[in-house]
Amino acid sequence: MSEVVIIGAGPAGLAAALSASAFGARVVVLDAADDVGGQYWRHLPPERPSNHESLLHHGWATFQRMREALAADPNCTVVSSAHVWAIDRGAVHVLVGEADGSDRESRVYRPDALVLATGAFDRTLPVPGWDLPGVFTAGGAQALAKGERVAVGERVVVAGAGPFLLAVAASVVATGASVVGVYEASRATRLVRHWAARPWELAATPAKARELVGYAAVLVRHRIAYVAGHAVTAIEGRDRVESVTVSALDGSWRPIKGSERQLEADAVCLGHGFTPRLELAIAAGCRLSDRRFVEVDAEQRTSVASVFAAGEITGIGGVDLALAEGAIAGHVAAGGGIVDPALRVEVARRRVLRRFARRLARAHVIGENWATWLSDETIVCRCEDVSVADLAAARSATRSSGLRSLKLVSRAGLGPCQGRVCGRTVEALLSARAPEGRLGGASTDRRPIAMPIRLGELARDHEIEAGIPVKGQG
Amino acid sequence: MVARPVPPATDPIEPAASTPITILVNGERRAGVLGQTVAGIMLAADTLTWRTSPVGGRPRGAFCGIGVCFDCLVVVNGQRDVRACQRRARDGDVVEFEGPSQSEGE
Amino acid sequence: MKVLIIGAGIVGAACARSLARRGATVTVIDRGAPAGATSAAGEGNLLVSDKAPGAELDLARYSLGLWASLRTELAAETNGAFASFEYQPKGGVVAASGEAAAAALSRFAEAQRRAGVDARPLSVQEARALEPELAASITSAVHYPEDAQVQPAIATEALLASARAAGARVLAHTTLTGPLRDGAGRLVGVTTSNGPLEADAVLVAAGPWSGEVARTLGATLAVGPRKGLLLVTARMPQRIWHKVYDTSYVGAVQSDERDLATSTVVESTASGTVLIGSSRQDVGFDGTIDVAVLAEIARKAIALMPFLAEATVIRAYGGFRPFSRDHLPVIGADPDLDGLWYATGHEGAGIGLAPGTAELLAAAMLGEPTAMSLDPFAPGRPSLREVA
Repeated sequence: MSEVVIIGAGPAGLAAALSASAFGARVVVLDAADDVGGQYWRHLPPERPSNHESLLHHGWATFQRMREALAADPNCTVVSSAHVWAIDRGAVHVLVGEADGSDRESRVYRPDALVLATGAFDRTLPVPGWDLPGVFTAGGAQALAKGERVAVGERVVVAGAGPFLLAVAASVVATGASVVGVYEASRATRLVRHWAARPWELAATPAKARELVGYAAVLVRHRIAYVAGHAVTAIEGRDRVESVTVSALDGSWRPIKGSERQLEADAVCLGHGFTPRLELAIAAGCRLSDRRFVEVDAEQRTSVASVFAAGEITGIGGVDLALAEGAIAGHVAAGGGIVDPALRVEVARRRVLRRFARRLARAHVIGENWATWLSDETIVCRCEDVSVADLAAARSATRSSGLRSLKLVSRAGLGPCQGRVCGRTVEALLSARAPEGRLGGASTDRRPIAMPIRLGELARDHEIEAGIPVKGQG
Repeated sequence: MVARPVPPATDPIEPAASTPITILVNGERRAGVLGQTVAGIMLAADTLTWRTSPVGGRPRGAFCGIGVCFDCLVVVNGQRDVRACQRRARDGDVVEFEGPSQSEGE
Repeated sequence: MKVLIIGAGIVGAACARSLARRGATVTVIDRGAPAGATSAAGEGNLLVSDKAPGAELDLARYSLGLWASLRTELAAETNGAFASFEYQPKGGVVAASGEAAAAALSRFAEAQRRAGVDARPLSVQEARALEPELAASITSAVHYPEDAQVQPAIATEALLASARAAGARVLAHTTLTGPLRDGAGRLVGVTTSNGPLEADAVLVAAGPWSGEVARTLGATLAVGPRKGLLLVTARMPQRIWHKVYDTSYVGAVQSDERDLATSTVVESTASGTVLIGSSRQDVGFDGTIDVAVLAEIARKAIALMPFLAEATVIRAYGGFRPFSRDHLPVIGADPDLDGLWYATGHEGAGIGLAPGTAELLAAAMLGEPTAMSLDPFAPGRPSLREVA
């Protein structure tokens, strides 16, 4: 019986687990959260039960079904609070216990096959004032709404790019807050061109269409303005958010002079798309595509033998695509083949959904002149307080286009988040100013230590080698 | 009150009874319920910041809410560098703000 | 004189500065960006404590003196663009556990003292006064007030900026492809991915890649990589005040062990993080961050300073030291190929030794008297001629 380890218990990871088990593998699912579901199905903990939590979610029934199937499956073990902090030559190093605890249990897995389903997090472009208290990432505001039942403010502005903004606005409204407006940076012409270019593709993805129509209905019901071609270009306040400046943008996301309007608000949710969580894939040696996602073949195999990838780390595509890719990856990881009848539906769905994902990506691509809304004082690296001017000073002092040295000189990306929030922005800002647009081939995605670890835990790492446990055998 | 909890009485999801807990934040008692994270308890009381950035001394609190940005680090029961948005609060937890790090430079 | 330098790490940068300020026409090429490899992957050690009496120690003492003045010189030469490269003359403390280690350390320090090093034996109480977090198992220690630290990538960029201000040209992303020779066989430049570059002298300062570069130019030099890994913690309130080592550090630097050797060095940086090292492995250019090695480094660091068990490690990084078999740098002209020069092979000491190396090399190349003899560093010595 082959042993499959799956990292991530979001939609892709859950689907992979069930399909790997269905093909006869023994499966271990590792996830850092204390319950399964990932960011998409982030929910209240068992200590806070409710009668209608499904109201906060799409596809809640699907999730419940998968969760129950997994719990009942004797060949599947879910290890929650499992923090994978390194992958070294096929060995998966995990700490099991509280987030950022110490003395957590150290385990090492060496599975026959590994499925990476690590997902993505918000890409947030800096804006003057974005580090004021009261500014959240779009996903953060949603996580607080769904997982904590906390409203981030009374008058909330949602801004950025992509259909996810609609979901965030709906989640914020469901906390009782009022949403001042949803500002989508891409212009309406661009949205129409890509969204409506081939309407039959949208019709072929009814779940996705229903979800989007559902969000739109929430906006209409609450009379929330959805304004395309606009961005929050500054956030003002003394100790916390008091207002935002909204500007119209041209097609390259350059603010149009004279279009600025100031709106009162006490919270802002910003999201400009997603960044895949690539550090474990990179540690495993997986090749990345030019667009910086994990490269996979038709069977969801990465460039590394026995390592598979599914979901948002292979391209931002949403929940249905993640489910399809996960099911395919799990099946093949367990020893199955892409032509097996069991995968026929998933393979067909994946084809349609990928086309849809490509359209979304094109509709909401980040405009090349977004940085024109920054000021010299705007903080780029929140951890180390590195401003736009600091980065420019490092560039001009060194005349370098080398990312490694520029990071060390400016300290951008060297703080506790290790460039997760600012990395791509730093690359974009430096590369834009480098004469040859080169950064020495370096990237900010590499983090050999994928999650912070206490030195004492690292010192104990060698002591335990975890086999794949089977339920009922202790 | 700006950031705040959704009032259970009017929350459409109809929450069942929850277990009250108390944590100490810089010596001050804060009420919460079991299952909340440390960040959840702070935000529910409209406390938006509990840390200052190491160089500029700028206020920081919860930003990404999903454990990615490390803006929300606190000391929990004497242990530094704990992400408040990832740590479930337990009754009696002692939470302190991370003091300024050494940063005299040369 | 036209000089072409291959490699924009700290040694190439220091040589570019020393040569340009003496009036040479300098071009530095690097296949990547400056300060992007070995010089960005170390602690920034300026040490005397780990060096036994001999030529390397003499070079280190000469070089540390130059570093102390570079602090103000580089700020002036770069018009304040590099007001700081985090130079910290903080001193080092080497701590021994057990009688055997204490005796070995005591002998080592005594020999260093005779060679002029400020090496002060400490009782356990005195050691703890300097470093309160030292483990209870410590039985003796030696204080080396001359040890210092810089941020090596910033220091490299500062040296390069100074070289540019003195007229040097830096060509990044320019890969060496072969030699240019005249009819007599003399090296008169190189060919690169961006075209030929003529020079009266070609200087190899390519760190661990120096052996490869020499081969590309038609020469032989046994200098190759020795891998090292380091850990970095989150910022924390300062509890470590010097560079602190265990006694195995002294042994490892001079070790011929081909397998893994780790020895402990812990220190705070100007930004408040703690650097924890280090390992030595002869595994070619395999850059894998080995978890087993990191765990070994962690165990030894905790043995030296138990409070570190609770420290948060946020990053591990690795790099390659330029390793020569007799652990001595290579400074001077190639014995066979006229026009070819070397400044390389400093293993883990390149940051500390760079300014001294550069001054000696520049003087030798331009026919001036050198501040100390270059004979011990001669590229023609037998151990450098056999490629493993």
